[in-house]
Amino acid sequence: MKTIKTCVTALISALLVFSPVAYADKWSDQFPHIKATGDIPGECSYESMSKKNYKGKTLKINTHAVPVMGEPTALHAEQFAKLTGAKVDVTHTPAGDLYAKAMVPFQAGQAPYDIVFGFSNFINDWKRYLEPVPKKYVEMKQMQDVTPSHIGIASWDGVMYQFPVDGDRHYLKYRKDVIDNPKYQKKYKADTGKELRVPQTWKEYGEMAAYFNGWDWDGDGEKEYGSAEVMKKDDLMYAAFYSRSAAYSKNPKTPGGFFFDLKTMKPLINNPGFVEALTDWVAATKYVPPGGINFGLGDEIGSFGGGQTLFSFSWDDAFVAAMQPDSPINNKVGAAQLPGAMKVWNRTTNSWDEGFNQAPFFVWGWAVGVAKKSKEKEMAFDYLCFFANEANHQADIGIGRFGVNPFRNDDFKADVWTQIGWDKDIAQSYVDTLAQMEESKNRVFPLRVPGTFEFNAALATAAAKALAGQLSPQAALDEAAKQWEDILNRVGKDNVRAAYSVGVAMEDNKL
Amino acid sequence: MNFKHKYVFLFPGLFVLIGILIFPIIFTIRLSLSGWNSYTPEMNFIGITNYIRLFTDDPRFWESFFRLSFLSVTTVILQYIIGFALALIVWREIKFKRFFRVIFLIPMMTTPVIMTVIWRTFFHESLGPVNDLLGNLGVKPILWLSDPVIAKFTVIIVEVWQWTPFMFLLLLAGLLSLPKEPFLAAAIDGASPFRKFVYVTFPLMAPISIGAIIIRLIEASKIMDTVFVLTSGGPGTATETSSFYIYIKGLREFQMGYAATLSFTYLVIMIISLTIIAKVLTKLMIKE
Repeated sequence: MKTIKTCVTALISALLVFSPVAYADKWSDQFPHIKATGDIPGECSYESMSKKNYKGKTLKINTHAVPVMGEPTALHAEQFAKLTGAKVDVTHTPAGDLYAKAMVPFQAGQAPYDIVFGFSNFINDWKRYLEPVPKKYVEMKQMQDVTPSHIGIASWDGVMYQFPVDGDRHYLKYRKDVIDNPKYQKKYKADTGKELRVPQTWKEYGEMAAYFNGWDWDGDGEKEYGSAEVMKKDDLMYAAFYSRSAAYSKNPKTPGGFFFDLKTMKPLINNPGFVEALTDWVAATKYVPPGGINFGLGDEIGSFGGGQTLFSFSWDDAFVAAMQPDSPINNKVGAAQLPGAMKVWNRTTNSWDEGFNQAPFFVWGWAVGVAKKSKEKEMAFDYLCFFANEANHQADIGIGRFGVNPFRNDDFKADVWTQIGWDKDIAQSYVDTLAQMEESKNRVFPLRVPGTFEFNAALATAAAKALAGQLSPQAALDEAAKQWEDILNRVGKDNVRAAYSVGVAMEDNKL
Repeated sequence: MNFKHKYVFLFPGLFVLIGILIFPIIFTIRLSLSGWNSYTPEMNFIGITNYIRLFTDDPRFWESFFRLSFLSVTTVILQYIIGFALALIVWREIKFKRFFRVIFLIPMMTTPVIMTVIWRTFFHESLGPVNDLLGNLGVKPILWLSDPVIAKFTVIIVEVWQWTPFMFLLLLAGLLSLPKEPFLAAAIDGASPFRKFVYVTFPLMAPISIGAIIIRLIEASKIMDTVFVLTSGGPGTATETSSFYIYIKGLREFQMGYAATLSFTYLVIMIISLTIIAKVLTKLMIKE
């Protein structure tokens, strides 16, 4: 009897201990995408979704082109369809057209898409057409782990309109095998008299990039270059410019606005800080790969991720792509905060404040919402919840081309990354970089005001003219500032001020 | 039959005309007098504010218009010269005439966007085969898409490649329809091939040439897909054309009212300028 009792106890114990694994295997066999973790129990897990029945219903999604965000959307749509019986139609649209593709039907009172993907800085223009995320999703366990800054980015006036699927910030990526290489450190010192180290300022970044431009420094038989950057107009280049400008223009001593002076709503984008940044950027056209002036985000990811350049700065994608097992520079890259500057413009005293300044840019990222006019809201939110469930999220963030980046507290643990093959010190430097940015008190948040697209397009056009040599940096930014004044007059200064004050409060650490 | 009944037969055509031509134009004019944009999505009335903005405060539109004029005139002239030369070659009795006629038409039969993607790959400055081949010959990489001047010529190359076959087709059809007598008379008089071309072929082809040039100018003035895919109007604004600029204002920045103003103004300018061009060409090329 005792033996039988012992056997039963052992069997029950074994079932209890191993049931999560068996559970995970069941789903990871069918869906190899989550083979590393298996299904992770939760309200939107594979198991939970398999209990939903959306047979005979169609979900229509407009998302970005493949691969960045377009590929995970399509992958999770296919999985969702298999689990729930729904039919899911996915339309892929280039980045520059995502805004209009949603806005045209929004304004016409139609809903050709139940779910629309875009950028988080569209929130002000889109929020009146989006269904707020229902309470049951906001209170779910998977949502509780999202960092406060990313909850803030997805919300307006405390109401969440965008379902968090991605977290974004710009930071520096560099080739560790060069910067940490004693041979190159010695050579650089001998040739320039300066230390070769992770660049602390944009000036250092430029000097090192220029030095390592146009010769084969990794011995692969191909020429390498200094830096890969998003410089193509209409392809997110304005975000790259803000990243380069933050250190020169975000002065912690002068709260009250980075893009505008909140009191007067005078555009600040042609002040000496921004001009200095654009001057640096024009110089950067000399140390990017041939054709680098036309690099969009995909080119930048491919260039740095493919081992063509020493530096890069933008979203996480290029870094994660570089760290994938099939990358030629796997475990040869490092992450650090965006370089700073040895001076920062003070708009109150109208002079430079000398001394080191650094300002992380919490650039907008991918965002997604459900159309208010959708007839399939419940299914749409279930899809989004499934998209971002813990198993999918952990698998997605490890694939660079997916464009899904950390936005949960758990993502900032080095173990998450060492499990997928990253070296421990690289994983640690990566999560430390992200955590330092979260903790910084001198952050810049994206412009989220009515007419955001117009403001950013005007700036991008002006910056592109300077990069192409059509205008000097000062003339280009004066032109952009004049256009910003015109847009302000059309939209109404008070409307913009009201919206901008929310972002300024976040920057000034009041929210 | 009642005389008035004949007007009834005009109604179907009239309805179609109103539906596809008159209504969109009237709607565009009305939209151009509104401030419809992303934050005020309504057909409010703001008078001629958008027109004042266009004529006093938008040099980018006019720059794009003059750039478009340069690109379209240059491409059409090149297409005419090359298309005429090719048509003359296959007009004669040469071997594999039919084969060449088909070969010359292939670029026109391909999808412009797909072909432009392929051209963009060719001209990619660090990874494309063109610079690679030139590098093997000792030539430094050419900034096909990054240099403001060279990028314009890259657009011209792609446009000429794509649309010369259309010119070739029209001109070949014209050549095949020419009467034989003037050529026989010229042959009897002992005219050289050059004189035959200058005094017989070219004048006889003038009406068809004018038609072909005008059709291509109308098409070339709408150039958008090549610029969109190849350069996105860059570097800077170096290859931005009117239609691409209108697209940016309307469907990127969502300034619908202002984009309608640009579209209507552009339509008026094109109608006037193409009428003048047709008259000038007729005067120059057709002698009484």
